[in-house]
Amino acid sequence: MEKEKYQNLVKKHTPKEDLLYNCLIAFITGGIMGIIGQGLIDFYQIILEISFKEATIFMLTTLIFLSCLLTSLGFFDKWVNFAKCGLIIPITGFAHATMSAALEYRKEGLVTGIGANMLKLSGAVIIFGIVSAWTFSLLRVILGVV
Amino acid sequence: MTLNFNNVYLNETATITGPYEENGPLGKYFDYSYKDLYFGAPSWEQAESKLINETIDLVLGKAGISKNNIDALISGDLLNQTTSTSYAAKNTPYSLIGVYAACATSTLTLALASLLAETGKTILCTTSSHNNAAEKQFRYPVEYGGPKPKTTTFTSTGGVAAIISNKKSKIKIESATIGTVIDSKINDVFNMGAVMAPAAADTIYKHLKNTNRKIDYYDLILTGDLGLYGKKILKEYMQEEYNITLNNHEDSGPMLYDIEKQPVYAGASGPACLPLVTYSHILKQMKDKKLKKVLLVATGALHSQSTASQKLTIPAVAHAVSLEVVR
Repeated sequence: MEKEKYQNLVKKHTPKEDLLYNCLIAFITGGIMGIIGQGLIDFYQIILEISFKEATIFMLTTLIFLSCLLTSLGFFDKWVNFAKCGLIIPITGFAHATMSAALEYRKEGLVTGIGANMLKLSGAVIIFGIVSAWTFSLLRVILGVV
Repeated sequence: MTLNFNNVYLNETATITGPYEENGPLGKYFDYSYKDLYFGAPSWEQAESKLINETIDLVLGKAGISKNNIDALISGDLLNQTTSTSYAAKNTPYSLIGVYAACATSTLTLALASLLAETGKTILCTTSSHNNAAEKQFRYPVEYGGPKPKTTTFTSTGGVAAIISNKKSKIKIESATIGTVIDSKINDVFNMGAVMAPAAADTIYKHLKNTNRKIDYYDLILTGDLGLYGKKILKEYMQEEYNITLNNHEDSGPMLYDIEKQPVYAGASGPACLPLVTYSHILKQMKDKKLKKVLLVATGALHSQSTASQKLTIPAVAHAVSLEVVR
């Protein structure tokens, strides 16, 4: 069978993903994450009497800690699987990917296991985060925005 | 290549599984199942080796054969360098033939064992897979919950062992067809059914041609782990490419789990999938004379993580073994 003909046959028997449903779930869960994040910022600003900028860092650290803890307790993967991009796109997704890889390789040593592998999934986010930040900063300088 | 055997029998089998398989529809047919995926071992890789050793002990006990009456061990699994097999074999006194054919390993071990059994040897065959060890190697960390497409299959956790010899039993291994490697023209690692269906079709076609049989000679054609969607692809592909209508066909992938209730996407996969279904449910049906002639077609995708990252199309293979009830 020709390559194209076979690929069409496969396509015919491949179920469609529920794009609309997935988007809706991600929109709602992502929105809830946003509310929680904002709530944390307000909480830290009032309780600790710190600036907005400092409270943002506290909020991020709290969310990272919670995702890592819940991943380690073994049920955050089910939440992520349900919420999809609602939990993957926020900082929770990055923490979850890093923590799950760290857990996966913990039997292979501190350096060769956890150290070498914990950024296996999330390493690309750091690399491309830095590259894109650098590129956009350069664009801003060139275009004279700053 | 099709091999015909005159005097080869499947003497005894043993199956051990993890919790997901126990909770599936065939749960009650397995010899026993563990609740925990570590099986009391420190890591998943070691758990899989332990599983192989336990199935060996179990099958020898069930058959009432002493350790020393086995001439060789033919064994394979899914992990790199088939380490589960080698680490299990170091605890046994047997000559080892380690094989790798990904998820087609089970029927390849049976075919090779039958060849040796024809010369009078008693052979022990084992096959295993472990969900977490395989996921770790081929996909994502186990605790990572990123969504997967519906065509994804779920690697089964289980170990199986079988004793093959020329000593007469109820089940005869009648012939086997060693498959050729087929380029699937697909590079999607989340659609293994589509990758392996052409290989299954090719092996079924060649087996029928070489043995001069029609498809309805068999009461059941049981493929390995094509899954819900791969099963449909195979049926249509067989019709279009070879003009063979597959009516008496089942796939072990959707049989091993409860697709509706368990989080297994398109069904089970892994080297242990087909033999778990065969040695539990299918052999029972054969012994009850509900099925007389069964063609097992295990299918394997022969890629690595590196070739998958390089977007190469995935080669696949299928090996067939024909089982018959002895009158």
